[in-house]
Amino acid sequence: MSNERFRDYQVAYLCRRAHRGYLHRSSGTKLFPAGGGSAPKRQHCRIYDVVHRLQGAFPPMRDILEQLEKRRAEARLGGGRQRIDGQHAKGKLTARERLDVLLDDGSFEEYDMYVTHRAVDFGMAESKIPGDGVVTGWGTINGRMVYVFSQDFTVHGGSLSETHAQKICKIMDLALRNGVPIIGLNDSGGARIQEGVASLAGYADVFRRNVEASGIIPQISVIMGPCAGGAVYSPAMTDFIFMVKNSSYMFVTGPDVVKTVTNEVVSAEELGGARTHTTKSSVADAAFDNDVEALEEVRRLFDFLPLNNREKLPHRQHFDEINRVIPQLDSLVPSSSTKPYDMKELILTVADEADFFEVQPTFARNMITGFVRINGYPTGVVANQPLVLAGCLDIDASRKAARFVRFCDAFSIPILTLVDVPGFLPGTAQEHGGVIKHGAKLLFAYSEATVPMVTVITRKAYGGAYDVMASKHIGADVNYAWPSAEIAVMGAKGAAEILYRGELTDKEAISRRTKEYETRFVNPFIAAERGFIDEVIMPHSTRKRVAKAFASLRSKSVPARWRKHDTIPL
Amino acid sequence: MTFFKKLLIANRGEIACRVIRTAKALKIPTVAVFSDADRDAVHVKIADESEYIGGSPSAESYLSGARILDVAAKFGADAIHPGYGFLSENAAFANAAKAKGIAFIGPSSSAIEAMGDKIASKKIASKAGVSVVPGHLDVIPDAESAVEIARGIGFPVMIKASAGGGGKGMRIAWNDEEVREGYKASRNEAKNAFGDDRIFIEKFVTQPRHIEIQILGDQLGGMIYLGERECSIQRRNQKVIEEAPSPFLDGATRKKMGEQAVALGRAVGYQSAGTVEFIVDSARNFYFLEMNTRLQVEHPVTELITGLDLVEEMIRVAAGQPLRWTQEDIKLDGWAVEARVYAEDPYRNFLPSIGRITRYRPPAEVKANAVAVRNDSGVEEGSEISIYYDPMISKLCTWAPTRLAAIDAMSKALDDYEVEGIRNNLPFLSAICAQSRFRRGELTTNYIAEEFPEGFSGVRPTELQQRHLAAVAAHIDIRLRRRALSASGRLSDMPIVVDKSRVISFEETDVLLTAEQSGDSTIVWLPDGMSIAVQSDWVPGKSHAVFDLDGYRLGIKTDLIGTKVRLRVGGIDLTASVRSTRVAELARLMPRSSQSGSDKRLLSPMPGVLTLLSAVPGQKIEPGQAVATVEAMKMENVLRAEKGGTVKVVAVAVGANLSADQLILEFE
Repeated sequence: MSNERFRDYQVAYLCRRAHRGYLHRSSGTKLFPAGGGSAPKRQHCRIYDVVHRLQGAFPPMRDILEQLEKRRAEARLGGGRQRIDGQHAKGKLTARERLDVLLDDGSFEEYDMYVTHRAVDFGMAESKIPGDGVVTGWGTINGRMVYVFSQDFTVHGGSLSETHAQKICKIMDLALRNGVPIIGLNDSGGARIQEGVASLAGYADVFRRNVEASGIIPQISVIMGPCAGGAVYSPAMTDFIFMVKNSSYMFVTGPDVVKTVTNEVVSAEELGGARTHTTKSSVADAAFDNDVEALEEVRRLFDFLPLNNREKLPHRQHFDEINRVIPQLDSLVPSSSTKPYDMKELILTVADEADFFEVQPTFARNMITGFVRINGYPTGVVANQPLVLAGCLDIDASRKAARFVRFCDAFSIPILTLVDVPGFLPGTAQEHGGVIKHGAKLLFAYSEATVPMVTVITRKAYGGAYDVMASKHIGADVNYAWPSAEIAVMGAKGAAEILYRGELTDKEAISRRTKEYETRFVNPFIAAERGFIDEVIMPHSTRKRVAKAFASLRSKSVPARWRKHDTIPL
Repeated sequence: MTFFKKLLIANRGEIACRVIRTAKALKIPTVAVFSDADRDAVHVKIADESEYIGGSPSAESYLSGARILDVAAKFGADAIHPGYGFLSENAAFANAAKAKGIAFIGPSSSAIEAMGDKIASKKIASKAGVSVVPGHLDVIPDAESAVEIARGIGFPVMIKASAGGGGKGMRIAWNDEEVREGYKASRNEAKNAFGDDRIFIEKFVTQPRHIEIQILGDQLGGMIYLGERECSIQRRNQKVIEEAPSPFLDGATRKKMGEQAVALGRAVGYQSAGTVEFIVDSARNFYFLEMNTRLQVEHPVTELITGLDLVEEMIRVAAGQPLRWTQEDIKLDGWAVEARVYAEDPYRNFLPSIGRITRYRPPAEVKANAVAVRNDSGVEEGSEISIYYDPMISKLCTWAPTRLAAIDAMSKALDDYEVEGIRNNLPFLSAICAQSRFRRGELTTNYIAEEFPEGFSGVRPTELQQRHLAAVAAHIDIRLRRRALSASGRLSDMPIVVDKSRVISFEETDVLLTAEQSGDSTIVWLPDGMSIAVQSDWVPGKSHAVFDLDGYRLGIKTDLIGTKVRLRVGGIDLTASVRSTRVAELARLMPRSSQSGSDKRLLSPMPGVLTLLSAVPGQKIEPGQAVATVEAMKMENVLRAEKGGTVKVVAVAVGANLSADQLILEFE
């Protein structure tokens, strides 16, 4: 490299740093964010002094650099000060501000800052804003790489144009090629109507990439504003959807159309707000109070996830004894088998440092799903919750758990299943709603899973639900039961009434038969005699036993038969 | 020698454990009894033998004297210790035990009978030369005569159930209307709680202090007093903090009160441990209140300053032994404080909180020359606080040579005490211990009502405390960030950068600081140049740790809630978000989350039974009007309409079993 070129290189480098807004101070360790209007001017000056010194006799180069800075500043301002203030007034952050929260300080590398749309109809030719309503690039979360796109509501309402979609597709392609997760921050009015079918094509291009990336890299969507019509289907095909309370909504057709077509009057919040999607529809996995909290929680979730389906799980140093004895678990299951207890206590005490990221905490609460770490390794937890509907399986719980199990399996996250299930919820609502097919989803998901699976039965494991909840028979690797476990086809009373139908009128005989059945079958030992349960463990040693079981399964490998794909009962 | 072959403890919880502990020391085998709810209780586990005695409601178990005596006979127990409450002041039970040849470890049934009736006891006391409160000592037939009598004595008056105790069936009235209301309420409560609805009225002493004398008698006529306990820190007549000695008494008054207590004891032939309660006014005039013919809840403070084991002495005298001490032998040494740790929510008007104790880590018990910590408890991690019994978790006591040192030791012990799973009054106890009025010893039984007129809403940190807590949050944050950045899978080409400047956001204020880790400690600089060195053994996952802040020691409960850090110490409960300056700046743009719509509904604050409902749809309710009564934990809780309005829906009927937060009423 010639001296001249080297100097130019240095100048360009420094300018890049300066323009991006991140400068090394003399200490060399401290990074300063530039952050929109409050950019630290003083530091800029220091760098430009150097730049100017280096440039010396090359005034034209300075002009070129200044022009670049001007263009960048223009692009960073998006739809302008007024629209930014409008966004703030709604309690929302701008696209770039959101990335400041989501990504490590100073880690964001932006691409396609100068992209503008190419539409000319409806006066669009005069309305071009660099970036075209979406900020794309990559950065890091706690040092681990992630591709991001963040829709900019201040530019054409964040609407999706052909070029807007191309920007998203570009980083999706990069993410897939490099095996790096992608996080999309959605805040868009929908399709760019002025562009017509070109905009629709853009959506479809994104959809196809969502599907291609599914199961290869984790995909996370955060809905931080409107997300309506076709726009909902990209998040819908990602692995996690998070929403912001009171400022985000998702629906296929909005309240106006609903009113025109069905005469139903409903607010946007009621139709597709965060509450609706986290309690009724299960479209969203969690909702948070505001933009900042949502993004901080996404960072928390990200730490649990591997970068892609071939990457090792992120291991984190922990300060929790693997052999920690938990005496309180010996009294977790109440002596009366009809009394509920909180399964979360078991999850929190078994997990490293009681750290638990719950997925879908407010939907189908009879089933708990979420991530913990055991011995520093991320682990998915699926658990019946006796506090709600006695922890039974129903349509919602089956769907919720099935989806979670498939995610864990796709990304090699081991699964811990905690079982206290009295069976499937009976009733016409369930049967007519298709509990057969929905229950089958969970059965299917567990059966096809090849990740390390450890199951602990704390109390009830009755009937078909016993089979479904990660039993030995469908592929769990290590199955434990507490001494309080009741593993049987059905409850003792019901069983006695069927087996001794002839004695039905004799209450005393039936109660004697019930006792007989209880002593014979309502315990973990019949299952243990057959090897369906590997060991009956003391509740207080659950963490130790589970951790050791997972440790023994680290190198588990299951060869897969070739097939195009399975035919899971969707 | 052993005094008895086998001892049955007719009680549960901490007091059963307390008695078993002494019995073990005396090498007396023990039998515990238990109800359904107590199958896995600690007292059952630590006793040598145990027997089931019935259903969870105490009437079916711990109050079932006949059943308990059967168990005693079955196991060959020749003595019964009744603890406090339940059968401890039941003369019939004491008699029945005696008839079966089983020693009742307590006074004779005649003494129980004589002192058990508040009206009769007052007459006896008066006769024995004990000074008594002016009042009407006969049973009052109805509310109207109550009003008349109250006028005669002069307001304010105290309406009391004859058989009452522990604050139940007790009301203070300042006018006619309150007398009527209080009479009915006391009578109702007394009837339900004791099956005895006799009510009497006496003068209510203002600026009163509750000071009681512990006496101990034997069967041979020996009788001494063991100094006093001051129990003025009360909430709704329930003792909260007790201490011995009283910061108010002088030697002469103490002697006078002690001698009168002994005189009363002699008058009824008292032969066990008992307590004579006095009310003391600001001029140190004292009036006899009542005598408790049992071991008191707060007896440990007397033990800590006298060195006696009261349970041991009770067992000895019950076995016919003479007292081992004369009055001259009794010397009061140092100062002891007791705080009652309850499963109740101080932030929600002290409503009882039931459920499973998911974390129970009391402070370590210490016995040293400079300080002692004692924790009498009957629970362990995983224990259940049920609706059936007193929701007490433990009695935490500290001892030190001086009162202030004992209070400091208490503050520290409370900070080191972890209870989770149920709401508890630890922050409230901490708040009292930190108050200068309490530390000055300026107590009356109205202390809590005066100091917390709006109820308890936590302790606001001082500016220095806030800085200290911000420094602690920074110490925690820097370790969490370093750990997160060291996880596998990071982009190895990039240097690890741990930003030093942080903003600690508490609910209302932001603290800007710079933090740098060096080994076990963190140096924190504040913008005004102040620096704090934080040192701690805290590691991620620890729920409590000791933080040294420039030599200032704080035991802090630390929880990570999502990405936030919750810190609890000394009644302060703060949740901090620790962020970079940039993210903190953005967080300030976020709207404050608002709570909506709840004031239009009246929800049951706790599980219980709806015993009274005085509202119908369409009725107009004034703000603050009492509309429903929920009975839980043996207490009647009156629910008032916060804002008032017209009743739209009445969701439940009287007698309904309510769960917490269940809808009772909805306003329009």
